[in-house]
Amino acid sequence: MRLMDKNTILKVKNLNVELDGEKIIENLSFGVKEGDVLTILGPNGAGKTVLLRTLLGVLPYKGEIEWAKKIKIGYVPQRLPFIKDIPMSIEEFFKLKEASRKEIKEILNSVGFKENPALFQKRGIGKLSSGQFQRILVAWALIRNPDVLLFDEPTSGIDIGGEETIYTLLAKLKEKRNLTILLVTHDLSVVFKFSNFVICLNKCPICQGVPKEVLTPEILYKLYGEEVKFYEHHRH
Amino acid sequence: MLSKRMALVAGPLGHLTLPGIALALLYGFDVSLGAFPFVILGIILIWLFEMRTKLPMEALTAIVFASGVAIAFLFLPIEQAEIALVGDISKVSFWDTLSVSFLCLLLFLIIKKIYSKMTLINISEELAKSEGVEVKKYNLLYLGAIAIIVALGVKVVGGLLTAALVAIPAATSRNLSKNLFQFSLFGLLFGAISSLLGIVLYKSFGLPAGPLVISVSTLFFLISMILKKD
Repeated sequence: MRLMDKNTILKVKNLNVELDGEKIIENLSFGVKEGDVLTILGPNGAGKTVLLRTLLGVLPYKGEIEWAKKIKIGYVPQRLPFIKDIPMSIEEFFKLKEASRKEIKEILNSVGFKENPALFQKRGIGKLSSGQFQRILVAWALIRNPDVLLFDEPTSGIDIGGEETIYTLLAKLKEKRNLTILLVTHDLSVVFKFSNFVICLNKCPICQGVPKEVLTPEILYKLYGEEVKFYEHHRH
Repeated sequence: MLSKRMALVAGPLGHLTLPGIALALLYGFDVSLGAFPFVILGIILIWLFEMRTKLPMEALTAIVFASGVAIAFLFLPIEQAEIALVGDISKVSFWDTLSVSFLCLLLFLIIKKIYSKMTLINISEELAKSEGVEVKKYNLLYLGAIAIIVALGVKVVGGLLTAALVAIPAATSRNLSKNLFQFSLFGLLFGAISSLLGIVLYKSFGLPAGPLVISVSTLFFLISMILKKD
């Protein structure tokens, strides 16, 4: 484990999360440094989303979570199931964050929306495709230049427009904006291509470190059990 | 005003006012004043209910509705039941109107101020948290505002119909609006027009005002369903 120093953005020590009497995360410790792309890897139900929500301060926990002072966090949720209950235009969604028209225009451009901004911003959030919606969520998180982006399970299969995937977009944004990224995923290829630090989680922490060093077949077997053959195949 | 959650909360709060109204009628003080402590009790109940159980809000509505009616009628002579259930606008004095108008203006300003943050919390608590919104504080403010609205609403439409006064214009507006601005504007307009028309009808035909207001409101809702596009 890495120690807290001035580049450290987040330090987690002996984190335990229990929901309805069930242990979801046990004894997890890790650190995140400025500029890291940290992936949290694990099968479904491993507690990955719970970890993100705990880091955001929504869930009760035992142990220590220490963010660097005055850090700005942008959160990109996996879905927003309730957003369709409320009639809202893209512009209004951004106004919830008190963004100006100019900011909205710039940010939409930087995530690749090239449509006429005045017209596009009047469109209803509920009418967007899932790829468009994911890009809107990324843009929304980027308003007011966060230092850290917490990203819950970007859907790699989604065509977000042209040849671009959500990961090439993220890589580009990271360079431009000096972002630190915490990413939840169950997709191994993403971990290898995109991140410099990985935490394998299946309720208990199973491994952590540089992906190429720690993600051995034995570890993957421990993490995924039966599924491991499929993932090994993916690695070549 | 806002969303599904509010309509669900206004239900139990409205019904809970019944014992309060019963007390107010028996001892001859202001109906809203009688209702108010019970609305506060309701907020505590809702808070406990959300913390301690996984039951849907509808279950609370059912429990509170039945017990509210039951407790109110333990005390209240049946001749006065109508006022408790559907309100009596003729009991509203000039001073009432003035103080209620003032309170409404105050509420309007408060809600305008917390509107963005409340909308964000309604969309996603995590998102709100990541923006540094103090979710608990705003939820409490929001519940408090609804409580005052309910306590004022019982004056005109009674404990049984207050939830409808809050929920129906919002639902109508939801059917017709494309964005947040229209949603709040139409909600406001439909609420105001239904109340106004209801009272005009009451003056002309002498039927009780509360049920008339709600009926007009429902009529608008039905029309909005027909006009609804997409």
